[in-house]
Amino acid sequence: MDPQSIGPLFQLLAFFVLLASGFGIGRYLERRHYRSIRSREKELNGLPAVAVKVPDAQTLLATSDARMVMGNVVISVDYFKRFVAGLRNVIGRRIRGYETLLDRARREAVLRMKQEAGQLGANLVFNVKFETASISKGSRRRIGSVEVLAYGTALIPKR
Amino acid sequence: MLLSNLEIIPGRRVKRHLGLVQGSSVRAKHMGRDMMAGLKNLVGGELKGYTELLHDSRDEALSRMIAQAEATGANAVVNVRFSTSSVAQGAAEILAYGTAVEMEE
Repeated sequence: MDPQSIGPLFQLLAFFVLLASGFGIGRYLERRHYRSIRSREKELNGLPAVAVKVPDAQTLLATSDARMVMGNVVISVDYFKRFVAGLRNVIGRRIRGYETLLDRARREAVLRMKQEAGQLGANLVFNVKFETASISKGSRRRIGSVEVLAYGTALIPKR
Repeated sequence: MLLSNLEIIPGRRVKRHLGLVQGSSVRAKHMGRDMMAGLKNLVGGELKGYTELLHDSRDEALSRMIAQAEATGANAVVNVRFSTSSVAQGAAEILAYGTAVEMEE
C-alpha cells in the first residue's frame, strides 16, 4: 500500500472506532445513569417538589422556616448520538438522543435539589424553576453539552 | 440572610421593601477541565468539572447579591432568580437577582 492512501484510511478507521465506542460505552453509561436516577427518585418520593408559586395557608401554618435550595448538572452527549443528530438535522424529525440527554439532566438536577432540601429537614420544595444553558454555544467544535439548574424554596416543617 | 424564591417567607412579615439587588460572576473554563471534558464528549455523561465550576460561580453571584442586600440593611432576599448567558466562547456569566426586604423578627 502506498503511504499516501494510509492517511485517509487511518482517519476513516479512527472515525469508526470513535463511533463504536460512543455507541457502546455511551449506551452503557446512559442505562446506568437512568437506573441510578430511578432508584434515587423512589427514595425521595416522600419529598415532593412542586411548581406552585404560593403555598396554601395550611402549609404555611405548618412551616417554621424556608431556605432556597438548588441542584445543577452538566451532561454531555456521546459521539455516536452527536453524529446521528447531525444526520437528523438534514431530514428533520425528533432527535431522541438529545431528548434523553435533557431528560437525564433535568431529573438529575431535581434530585440534587431534593437531596439538599432533605439535608435541611424539609418536607416540600415550592416554586421549582428550571434554567437550561448550552455550555458551548457558538464554539467551532460543537460539544453538545447542556447545563440544567433546578431551584426552589424548601419548606421546613415545625417540630 | 434568608433567601427564598417565593414572594414571601413563611411565618414572617415584610416590614420594608429595599429594592432590587443583584450579583453576577463571569467564569471561564480552564485547560485541565477542558481536556477531561473532551474525553467525556466521546462517551457522554456528566462533566463534573463544569458542574463544579458553574456551582461555584453561582455561589459567588449569590454572595455578591447578599453583600449588596446587607449594604441596604436588608435581612432577607425574596423572589430570587437566576439567569445564565454566554459572554464569549468558553466563558459564562451567571446573574442572581432578587428583592431585598426587611423582615420582622
